[in-house]
Amino acid sequence: MMTFSFDSLRQDKRAAIAATVGIGLVLAVFPFIVGSALGNSWLRILDFALLYIMLALGLNIVVGFAGLLDMGYIAFYAVGAYLYALLASPHFGLHLPVWIIIPCGAVLAGIAGALLGAPTLRLRGDYLAIVTLGFGEIVRIFMNNLNAPVNITNGPQGISSIDPIHLGGVTLAKPLSVLGITVPSLHAYYYLFLALALLIIFVSIRLQDSRIGRAWVAIREDEIAAKACGINTRNIKLLAFTMGASFGGVAGGLFAGFQGFVSPESFNLMESIMILCMVVLGGMGHIPGVILGGVMLTVLPEFFRHSAGPIQQALFGKILLDPEALRMLLFGLALVLVMLYRPAGLWPSTIRRREFSSGTDKEGA
Amino acid sequence: MDIFVQQIINGLVLGSIYALVALGYTMVYGIMGLINFAHGEVVMIGAMVALFFVKAFSGLPVVILLPLALAAAVCVCMAIGFSIERIAYRPLRHAPKLAPLITAIGISIILQHLAMLIWGRNYHAFPPVIPVSAHEIFGATITSLQVFIVLIAAAMMAGLTLLIQRTRLGRAMRATSQNPAIAQLMGVNINQIISATFVIGSALAAVAGLMVSANYSIAHYYMGFMLGLKAFTAAVLGGIGNLAGAMLGGILLGIIESLGAGYIGDLTGGFLGSHYQDIFAFFVLIGVLIFRPSGLIGERVAERA
Amino acid sequence: MNTLRVSRMTLALSAALALFGCGQKEEPKAAAPAPAPAAAAPAAPAATAITVKIGHVAPLTGPQAHLGKDNENAARMAIDELNAKGLEIGGAKVTLELVPEDDQADPKQGTIVAQKLVDAKVNGVVGHLNSGTTIPASKIYFDAGIPQISGSATNPKYTQQGFATAFRVMANDVQQGKVLGEYAAKQLAGKSVAIIDDRTAYGQGLADEFEKGAKGAGAAVVTREFTNDKATDFAAILTKIKSTKADVIFYGGMDAQAGPMAKQMKSLGVKAAFLTGDGGCTPEFIKLAGDASEGQYCSLPGVPLDQMPGGKAFNDAFSAKYGQIQLYAPYVYDAVMVMVDAMKRAGSVEAAKYLPEIGKTDYQGVTAKIQFDEKGDLKGGAISLYQVKGGKWEYRETVGGGAPAAPVAAEAPKADGEKKS
Repeated sequence: MMTFSFDSLRQDKRAAIAATVGIGLVLAVFPFIVGSALGNSWLRILDFALLYIMLALGLNIVVGFAGLLDMGYIAFYAVGAYLYALLASPHFGLHLPVWIIIPCGAVLAGIAGALLGAPTLRLRGDYLAIVTLGFGEIVRIFMNNLNAPVNITNGPQGISSIDPIHLGGVTLAKPLSVLGITVPSLHAYYYLFLALALLIIFVSIRLQDSRIGRAWVAIREDEIAAKACGINTRNIKLLAFTMGASFGGVAGGLFAGFQGFVSPESFNLMESIMILCMVVLGGMGHIPGVILGGVMLTVLPEFFRHSAGPIQQALFGKILLDPEALRMLLFGLALVLVMLYRPAGLWPSTIRRREFSSGTDKEGA
Repeated sequence: MDIFVQQIINGLVLGSIYALVALGYTMVYGIMGLINFAHGEVVMIGAMVALFFVKAFSGLPVVILLPLALAAAVCVCMAIGFSIERIAYRPLRHAPKLAPLITAIGISIILQHLAMLIWGRNYHAFPPVIPVSAHEIFGATITSLQVFIVLIAAAMMAGLTLLIQRTRLGRAMRATSQNPAIAQLMGVNINQIISATFVIGSALAAVAGLMVSANYSIAHYYMGFMLGLKAFTAAVLGGIGNLAGAMLGGILLGIIESLGAGYIGDLTGGFLGSHYQDIFAFFVLIGVLIFRPSGLIGERVAERA
Repeated sequence: MNTLRVSRMTLALSAALALFGCGQKEEPKAAAPAPAPAAAAPAAPAATAITVKIGHVAPLTGPQAHLGKDNENAARMAIDELNAKGLEIGGAKVTLELVPEDDQADPKQGTIVAQKLVDAKVNGVVGHLNSGTTIPASKIYFDAGIPQISGSATNPKYTQQGFATAFRVMANDVQQGKVLGEYAAKQLAGKSVAIIDDRTAYGQGLADEFEKGAKGAGAAVVTREFTNDKATDFAAILTKIKSTKADVIFYGGMDAQAGPMAKQMKSLGVKAAFLTGDGGCTPEFIKLAGDASEGQYCSLPGVPLDQMPGGKAFNDAFSAKYGQIQLYAPYVYDAVMVMVDAMKRAGSVEAAKYLPEIGKTDYQGVTAKIQFDEKGDLKGGAISLYQVKGGKWEYRETVGGGAPAAPVAAEAPKADGEKKS
């Protein structure tokens, strides 16, 4: 949301402050509006939307900035989630605090990202896609099978009774009392996820405008030319995988704490594809677009779920088509239509225009 | 020893099925440089149409029934393939490279759930109309249907290669694949050529669908996803865009999976078992791609983002 | 840049401020729905009809959609029957309403629809189908105080979490696997058994318990092989099993794999007997395996429908309305009945009031006589075994407590207490 007003607000300090305060207010009140107007299920969907924004932004670094087609991104989410589950559940009897686990998850996922990146440096396009897809499946299969001979992940049974996220002795699983105000659990998670999502947005923006971000774009546009310009493409590509993966690791940890249960079926190929859809549908390489994509693909299926039955009822007086099938049909149709009418995404990047016009302004960085 | 031979035969049959599906992927890719992710779903539609045709006319003699069922499946699949290209790919020919990928996923979801609406959520059994006899080779068993599948996969590959290398249409396809703009200047109607490519690819999918559902005597609206994924892996392993590569990749993948499932447990002293067969396949794939980044016998390096 | 930094800091600050400011105003509204869903149910029974919402969750899309729809049909039938008969709870006339949801067998979706049901103020939930969605959802129902009865989630963890709201009307994996293992070793005279599972929570859990049971009864497990729940080709693992010359092959998984597996066993010339759990105990198995199904075994928790009072009637009514029973329909039907039965005894449709009554259930269902232990698991847990004869599942015997014939009644209660690590 920040970057939307980025360009015009840069000039006017007061307008910037006013806009920030306004957006901040909206974001802060939002869960209460959603919760009371639409119900807690929408609040939960909102929480998931924030998680998916983090994931989409992470994948955006790899696909959108560096132009490396990664179809196994969910693996890093899985790494983060399982790390949290193993370190904060009765499974190993460990109950480490969240402020240790989440950074560890980011680091471990980052290492996994580098491990994936290293052997795939020579690959391009579709070949990279299939190898990353394979990597995602490899991670999932290991998690599904590492219950014997030594039980590490508890296999397909998954890990249950995971500690809810607690910060400084306060658990988010129960309604919080802050200065006599009660903040229900789902709202508390919303604020935590929002804070981390904002942090990730911030990091993304800063990365985009940095030397590294420009190097990524250079590689995306023409790898050979980038190399010729003195960019160490190997390190820069590895960095893209690592950074992108670490965002996934953070989101994964939050997911585990939020759900209280992880099992390998949450990390299948379809999830990777959905996150890729968010990035592409929103507008590859454009942070507000990717955020929009993340929100849309989380909210849209739920919207269809809530409306497929009742709307038919209202229109025809009875349910003609199976609402579940109709929901998925509409979802597929939405994917196709958006791409047909906005092939560059719903909110595509204006980066090229900026590059042509703003030779003097150093992008505010 | 007979176990080893049996595993090779198992792999050969499985691999031929992958190859049949992979041919469709690789054909479209070879001409357009585009992964048709909806191909697996077209295979599923082919399987469903064939199965229900056989079910509906099970009174007819097999020699008439099967070709008719195949013809029905081929017609439906061709129509679907043609429409997919028209609706989802043609408008995006000059769009960013990932846009057709998303429409393909959208089309897959639509096809899957249309199939669910039409044929329901149940698994369907292929009626036992095909007389299957088992044969022994070196102590291993293979059924007549399986022999037929291996032969048909090879015949399809040979036929397609001939089509592309020897016919006028094939020459136009090769020209389109190398440079669409120049091909157009030379009088090739590239829209027609690309449509033809999709229609032929979809006809292959129908054949594959019939073979898969007859061999395993099962069809389900969700079956296309896994099959498509495996076939796509096989196509990349062999070198996507190359017909012989799809065949080689398919059979290799089948044999790797088979041997992996059969021997991985013994090789690792029981530490890893047949649940790692997919991992085994992916490791081989990654290994091959590290040393040959464009597949075993692929030549073109794709420039896609 | 400075402007930016300032604006981002203010954003954080204002967010914090707004949180306190607005939190206060909104608090009563937002806090109200969460802890007291029961408040929705009228406190004093009025003379007018009350609508009681019963949620049902199962995957209606995705590879298990056929089972999910089967479950939903059963829940709908139970509710239609009760409504047709006219239901009176605590002196008030009650109309039941089904709120069906789809969780796509995905744990994340499972929690979203669970929350949706809590928001819709359902009085109870029947489901989910898969253990993987049931477990995370059970926490949400527990927090909201809504009773949940699953007709098909067999993972022991579901009831071990200490949630008073979680029940199931189906034997868990421990109970069923143990019986099957002993049956394979003793009745089928399996000296060496090979085990295959599909690496799902259900298949793997059942296979693990089968292995324990079979070993305990003196059989040797010669090999454990694995496949997945989307596979169709099992030639490689069956060839390996053939080389071990196992007497019995046990498969932990669903009919969609068990059918082709039995068929491929035959074409590969594997002579072993084939045994599978409830997931393969369906008419689909016979259809998919063709004549290779002849003589193979399966098990189902509970007692065969035609031996239970009302069982045959249920089967006939269901088949007439929705077609053949897929798998869990009778259990889901029982789950709805048990829930409504508890409401009747409590004289209230309020979750808080009738929840204790569910624990005291003593209900003659179509699958078994249903009583719960302190965890919410089915007591006794009879397991019935079937064999394919002439293209039909034919009842062989019932092992475990609660059976009308009860041949080996002493076995089952032990299984209850056994915990899974």
